[in-house]
Amino acid sequence: MSREQRSLEWTPLLFSGGLAFLLFTLFIATMFGEPPMRAGAMIQQAGGVELGAANLVTAVVLGYRGLDTLGELAILFASATAVGLVLSTQNGESDKQASVFPDKIFLGEIFESASRLLMPLLLLLGFYIIIHGHLTPGGGFQGGVILAIALFLPALARSGEIPLNHATIRLVEGGAGTLFILIGLMALMQGESFLQPLLQPGEIGALFSAGSLPLLYLAVGLKVGAELAALLVHLSGESA
Amino acid sequence: MVESIESWIALLLVGVMLSAALVALLSRSHLVAVVSVSVLSLGLTLLFVLLKAPDVAMTEGVVGAGLSSLILALALSRLGLLRSTKAGATDE
Repeated sequence: MSREQRSLEWTPLLFSGGLAFLLFTLFIATMFGEPPMRAGAMIQQAGGVELGAANLVTAVVLGYRGLDTLGELAILFASATAVGLVLSTQNGESDKQASVFPDKIFLGEIFESASRLLMPLLLLLGFYIIIHGHLTPGGGFQGGVILAIALFLPALARSGEIPLNHATIRLVEGGAGTLFILIGLMALMQGESFLQPLLQPGEIGALFSAGSLPLLYLAVGLKVGAELAALLVHLSGESA
Repeated sequence: MVESIESWIALLLVGVMLSAALVALLSRSHLVAVVSVSVLSLGLTLLFVLLKAPDVAMTEGVVGAGLSSLILALALSRLGLLRSTKAGATDE
């Protein structure tokens, strides 16, 4: 038996040990509800009043830690670009054989009809989650992923038919990223910090509240959706 | 140690997740491994709901259970490792 095989056999044991440790800490060692943090209580008190966001997670993600969110977007952009780069060089060498959908396989009436029915509903759900990000759980990232899946579903069902072409996806992605940074820069021009929330907080719980946070989340959602849709299209090997 | 009903549900979920992870590690079929990783993510989603973290649960459900298994399946099919019985039958 080679060394590689032996180390492969050790992997499940290592994993089981790690999970047992996780279970141990989960049920015995962790004190739930007593986190050793100092900023949390202050944010919980001030977040709703200062920013007008009913969902405190959004207040933290976009209001207090907007720069980190920009960093997350940058990481996502870098990884999606890297995948696109690697896959596009592969596409140049091997021709149409690399595609997931070789010759228009018909996946069945049920799947195709269901995808046609589900796509608008998924789009609606995605936009709902993005727009209500400051009110209910969820937001730009979750809604954006749902948008990407909604855009990719017809491609999966109808063997490579993408409802949007590549230029449109790139345009939406670039525009959304620019919007995010522009909102941040506008705060800078008004003498505040970068990505400081603008506009009036408004009434907590109203759809048009929390100042510029919904706009930021809309930018995040569109960017994530466009990015991941492009990534999925790349991975499926279609040059749409 | 385990007193409330939530703890029992959590224990059950962790059991399901553990078995899904073991299936993913030990199974010969790549497709089964991808599906069981998706099941693991679904269990983790419910665990997050139980811990009253709906935002994290939503992310885990959408990204972990949905998108990442889709990406894994697409990557497998690009590498030519995805062999369902039906596709194998039509290929030959």
